[in-house]
Amino acid sequence: MTAEEPATTGADLLVKALIDEEVEVVFGYPGGAVLPIYDSLFKQNRLRHILVRHEQAAVHAAEGYARSTGKVGVVLVTSGPGATNAVTGLTDALMDSVPVVCLTGQVPTHLIGNDAFQEADTTGITRPCTKHNYLVKAVGDLARTVHEAFYVARSGRPGPVVIDLPKDVLMNKHDYEPPKKPVQHKSYRPQTKPDPKKIDEAIELIAKAKRPVFYTGGGVVNSGPKASKLLTQFVRMTGYPITNTLMGLGSFPASDKQFLGMLGMHGTYEANLAMYQCDVMINIGARFDDRITGKIAEFSPRSKKIHVDIDPSSINKNVRIDLPIVGDAGLVLEEMIKVWKAKQLKTDLKALKAWWAQIEEWRGRNCLAYKQGKETIKPQYALERLYHHIKDRDHYITTEVGQHQMWAAQFLKFEQPNHWMTSGGLGTMGYGFPAAMGVQVAHPDALVIDVAGEASIMMNIQELSTVAQYRLPVKIFILNNQYMGMVRQWQELLHGGRYSESYMESLPDFVRLAEAFGAVGLRTDKPSDLDGVIEEMIKIKKPVIVDVGVDKAENCFPMIPAGAAHYEMLLGPDDRAKPVSEEGMVLV
Amino acid sequence: MSPAEATSSHTIAVLVDNEPGILARVVGLFSGRGYNIESLTVAQTDAKQNLSRITIVTSGTPMVIEQIKAQLDRLVPVHRVHDLTIEGPHIERELALVKVKGTGEKRVEALRLADVFRAKVIDAKTDSFVFEVTGTSDKVQTFVSLMSALGLVDVGRTGVVAMTRGGEAF
Repeated sequence: MTAEEPATTGADLLVKALIDEEVEVVFGYPGGAVLPIYDSLFKQNRLRHILVRHEQAAVHAAEGYARSTGKVGVVLVTSGPGATNAVTGLTDALMDSVPVVCLTGQVPTHLIGNDAFQEADTTGITRPCTKHNYLVKAVGDLARTVHEAFYVARSGRPGPVVIDLPKDVLMNKHDYEPPKKPVQHKSYRPQTKPDPKKIDEAIELIAKAKRPVFYTGGGVVNSGPKASKLLTQFVRMTGYPITNTLMGLGSFPASDKQFLGMLGMHGTYEANLAMYQCDVMINIGARFDDRITGKIAEFSPRSKKIHVDIDPSSINKNVRIDLPIVGDAGLVLEEMIKVWKAKQLKTDLKALKAWWAQIEEWRGRNCLAYKQGKETIKPQYALERLYHHIKDRDHYITTEVGQHQMWAAQFLKFEQPNHWMTSGGLGTMGYGFPAAMGVQVAHPDALVIDVAGEASIMMNIQELSTVAQYRLPVKIFILNNQYMGMVRQWQELLHGGRYSESYMESLPDFVRLAEAFGAVGLRTDKPSDLDGVIEEMIKIKKPVIVDVGVDKAENCFPMIPAGAAHYEMLLGPDDRAKPVSEEGMVLV
Repeated sequence: MSPAEATSSHTIAVLVDNEPGILARVVGLFSGRGYNIESLTVAQTDAKQNLSRITIVTSGTPMVIEQIKAQLDRLVPVHRVHDLTIEGPHIERELALVKVKGTGEKRVEALRLADVFRAKVIDAKTDSFVFEVTGTSDKVQTFVSLMSALGLVDVGRTGVVAMTRGGEAF
């Protein structure tokens, strides 16, 4: 080779760029268009590749990896079906603001647009489900594009980025271009530092509050562990109550007296009523999702609302905000604490005492109560026992989507951020198991549990093969009620008990299924056996499926029916409020 | 509907990287989120930095307009978003080509009205004209309406381009 000849192929250059971006693991599945990349991976040992069994699982695994580490998750899939299979995962990552870079193969540039074999318009298909995407048309642009993609994925409000790589670009040669630090993107420079004037105003408002509530979300988790520490510090300084969204769980310790639990459709009575009755709402890194607000017209009608968000488009989207603050949650909290201390502010202790007395009265309703008998296991009980056995261990929880997910959010306690991975925005059944794989890859020695339903787990069950191959000791804890429980619950409440297609016929024998993949299967449906089974699951250093047969008829309460206001929440089966309005019926 | 919820029309100028797919991103944003596009124009305006200027006329409640601007601004290749309607006085222009076919008195009347509207004749046959008319969208619309009685055959409109008054950029 002469000195003038460029040294590296596009594929080698890509691998080099990934290593420079501090990537350690890639979740992927090979195919014709990405063969040059797999060849480059074969020739090196810095990047670890995890071979999944379906491209959707690759993205969820990368999400689990990203959310439990704070790093960018990386996915590698082939063109056509490889890319289209990844779309659900990408949409999930977009909705939940998870930093993912997804490399997709593409047919060679001269065939693009010709309906070539395994060709799909990947940038066209993924445009609305990514934060940004690229089609690299020349090998000279490749390294720069990869570095830019990582910057975009992790900066501001994080999200998924696709890089579409035609095969000829991967085979052409070019010199490598290392990343420039610090990155100066020509157009994308999200605001992270808050306006100090707004911080001053916010602090004044917060100090004068008589019925305040902190309402915080995934933005605090995404800002990094320091933001959660600052949030905890600030909330304790004020003595105010705090509630978390589904995505925000863990950013404030659940065992703290000031914590009201999760809010929203299946949130606690005290959290939702505090939101309804408050006079100052301090939203940090949450986005007034419809699962949170219920009926918008009656959402917290008497409060002044402060909204801290890194994404200006989240502000004033659903709810009118009195004091918007654009910035990174961690930086905002740091400034808030500084100003609070500098001004030596005192809260209105008398008003606060009355407010807490009111909240304690709501709390006294014990809205999560359930009746555990001797015969059948209540799903809530199964989770309480699970938590009892794992709470002193280093553990991570992922979930699928449905009743079990809401019960997990209600009954497991999250003391620290990045330990709870669930599909919030998109509500993707089949998320939890592959996400748990990604978490386990990042934390090989931790106890990683996917709390699942028997319906959701079937959506990515093929990944049992992946956990077997890489000896990932993921635990799948199935709350098996033989129904798509949340669908059944809505059919009971809204459709006259006509359980159309929600019964899970022909379920597999999960114990034998586990064994077929070299994992361990355990089963119980007796309350008296539950503790023993959980203990055994924890002891086994292999992947385990635990099939817990639970009460088939149990519904998830509290519940704010679709289209209802916070004060109209149903607390239990005997609490049938007025029938759901026509407006509510059309809501999801 | 309270006055705050009344919809109004806004002219928004967006400076973007002139790259493949940028128009699809902008249009996809509008269709995906259910916003209106009343008019849209786009062309490269800075060859050196490879930038294009997109002018969009859209309508919505103040909350929707605010959303549209925030959503546009967070697209990665978008450099700047300006709402000319609220940022002070600005000028808007549109160009149309209007083809009219006819003879005798109608043809004479079309030519007379074109003169009133300062439309230029850019193609002429013994029985047809193509006029080029520029002005506000209202003026262009009025001219087109008048021509419809005088043998209007076809219209092509550019959509609105707009700029602030005074020496400031944008």
